[in-house]
Amino acid sequence: MNRVNAVVIGAGAAGGIVAKELAVAGLSVVLLERGKWYTAYDCRKDDLRNQRTTLLGNAFGPEDEGNPRVWLDAKGVPHTALPSEGVYQNNAACVGGGTLSYGAQAWRYLPQDFRMRSTYGAPPGSSLEDWPISYDDLEPFYEKAEYEIGVSGDYSGTPFHGPRKRPLPMPPLPPGREFSILEPAARRLGLHPFHIPMARNSVPYNGRGPCMRCRWCCGFACEVDAKNGSQNTVIPIALNTGNCELRTECMAKEILTDDHGRVRGVAYFDAKGRLQQQLSDIVVVSGCATESARLLLNSKSRLFPAGLGNRHDQVGRNLQGHLYTGAVGYFDFETYDDVGPGASIAITDYNHGTPGLCGGGMLANEFIRLPIHMIDRLPPGTPNWGLGHKQAMRHWHKRSIVIMGPTQQIPTADARVTLDPAVTDKWGLPVVRISGNVHPATFEVSDMQAKRAEAWLKEAGAIGTSLMSYRPDLVSAGQHQAGTCRMGNDPQSSVVNRNCQLHDVDNVFVIDSSVHVTNGGFNPVLTIMAIAYYASGGLVRNWKGTGFRS
Amino acid sequence: MSSRIKSGHLTRRQFVAAGAMGTAAIAAACKRSEQGNWEFLSAEEARTLGAICDQIVPADEFPSASRAGVLTYIDGQLVRHYRRHQDAYRTGLAQAQSMSRRQFGNELASLSPSRQLEIVSGLAQQDRPFFELVRNHTMEGYYGTPRHGGNRDAVSWRMLGLPEPPLLGRAQYDLRKGSPS
Repeated sequence: MNRVNAVVIGAGAAGGIVAKELAVAGLSVVLLERGKWYTAYDCRKDDLRNQRTTLLGNAFGPEDEGNPRVWLDAKGVPHTALPSEGVYQNNAACVGGGTLSYGAQAWRYLPQDFRMRSTYGAPPGSSLEDWPISYDDLEPFYEKAEYEIGVSGDYSGTPFHGPRKRPLPMPPLPPGREFSILEPAARRLGLHPFHIPMARNSVPYNGRGPCMRCRWCCGFACEVDAKNGSQNTVIPIALNTGNCELRTECMAKEILTDDHGRVRGVAYFDAKGRLQQQLSDIVVVSGCATESARLLLNSKSRLFPAGLGNRHDQVGRNLQGHLYTGAVGYFDFETYDDVGPGASIAITDYNHGTPGLCGGGMLANEFIRLPIHMIDRLPPGTPNWGLGHKQAMRHWHKRSIVIMGPTQQIPTADARVTLDPAVTDKWGLPVVRISGNVHPATFEVSDMQAKRAEAWLKEAGAIGTSLMSYRPDLVSAGQHQAGTCRMGNDPQSSVVNRNCQLHDVDNVFVIDSSVHVTNGGFNPVLTIMAIAYYASGGLVRNWKGTGFRS
Repeated sequence: MSSRIKSGHLTRRQFVAAGAMGTAAIAAACKRSEQGNWEFLSAEEARTLGAICDQIVPADEFPSASRAGVLTYIDGQLVRHYRRHQDAYRTGLAQAQSMSRRQFGNELASLSPSRQLEIVSGLAQQDRPFFELVRNHTMEGYYGTPRHGGNRDAVSWRMLGLPEPPLLGRAQYDLRKGSPS
């Protein structure tokens, strides 16, 4: 196969943007994606089999067959996990990655989120650190993501956001019933409620129509293509340049190095399982925090016996995500209006600044409920089967509101991705092994967030509540997974530099949530996208024919 | 429930009529079960599982689990996504059956509803993992999408008052009032 300038591995939120930026700049690009290019028809409102409710499997990959992982319980005993199980910590495997089926909350992190260590000090035993870049460095790229991908919303209701030069390109969707109930209640509590920024068209934008407000949103592909991901924005642009070739169902095996310690391309299995090589000037790894780390660790060679970029045993460490805590409120009037996407109102008052707590998080109302989501969210004391359960479903389904949010996690070096020594996948590659947990200081915050959600619901008139508060034994990385190839100035304690370039090898970049030093108290996707624009901008600027100045 | 006819909702009377129209489908399913023509379950296992499921979601003015197709859902998934649970079902159903015979000298499906409840409650005590498995699968079959054979005619969604078929393309307008909400 012809040598190209760049191989980008993973066609998700970050990889799609990198491919587009490089292809538009004139570089030849091969974009490898292990999954398929799906449409909404491949999921079809299946509330038992989508990307969020995976009782019957993942709609958008990976399949349960042949893609195991291993996780270690609190006693260190290994267990095998299927992709449809929570402990697997899946995101997605398809063109668009998580952005094909996500809920599409498109948050900017706050300025303090990039300076967590300076703001709070690192709790003993944690690996809390500042980013080597600031909110101000990313601001222009947040804006670029908001305009190119397409974000609706309205920040004007809150003072708790970073400085911004332009408003969002689209207004928020008209408020639903939950918004109308929760907004005045939050104001009475002295909070600052506002419209959640969403990568979802509220008006025609980018040649596609607006949201039709159906019930099947988070976890599903959008039937009217009103949800904006990399698959319907940047990837088509990349392909239209003629400079980018997308190869689906291609699984990267390893990144190939030469005798001088530079990378020369990628070995991968194609859709028919044949081993192929794609030679390139540079390689960009955009496989999401778990799989990007796995690929680097699987790329062993004479010069890099512990895996690429892993000279100081840093690849795979600091795995983090978000643990959602909150509360369900039960009302004596109907709160349900059957108008999607449901999630509409948020507060960011509690992200920072609580004395004695290390950080915080955003709180928002939950995406529109499907009946299957309600079966275990009935009031405390409800029988969990029998006539009592059935009648409670009937009574409460339309009379409840869920508020919850992602608490910023305090990372540890022990929460990590390694390679399992025994288990391999259908290609024969060692699989991800997940172990460890985030710092316990995280749980003080997440418990508090649940109580805050409960207080908001009570102020809104809830006649009963139940807390959703957990302290799991294993890191909760999941779809918000991040941190495994930390960005930093010190090669001893990080994997990539501030340009997302491996400290060890100058023609390999990791551009995805893996580089997040900390993961904010928000859904991470807009930050992933902003970093993709930021890092590809630097890459293009320094590009010099068949190499680049670094 | 009000008897006023609302677009997207069924009144009680309409619901009963709709149920009658669905009788043909139910009769076909019953015939299938009599023949033992399930994909995984034997005829006897299907009867036992049906009795357990109908305690988990019993009939009131809305149908029970088995009448809503939950057996079709579970049986179908036991040879598809839930193949890994085949042994649990085989063993668990046999255990329920033997509890019933030991306690009341008859198979579970033939007992009176109150005796069935007694056995199923006992099962929930004695074999929590198996009972929880059946409980969860029953809920999925009853409240999940009709695509996999459960929630026949979207009966549980109608029960919860959700418009079915869903109103798509309506944007933010409430069709019942014909004005923006």
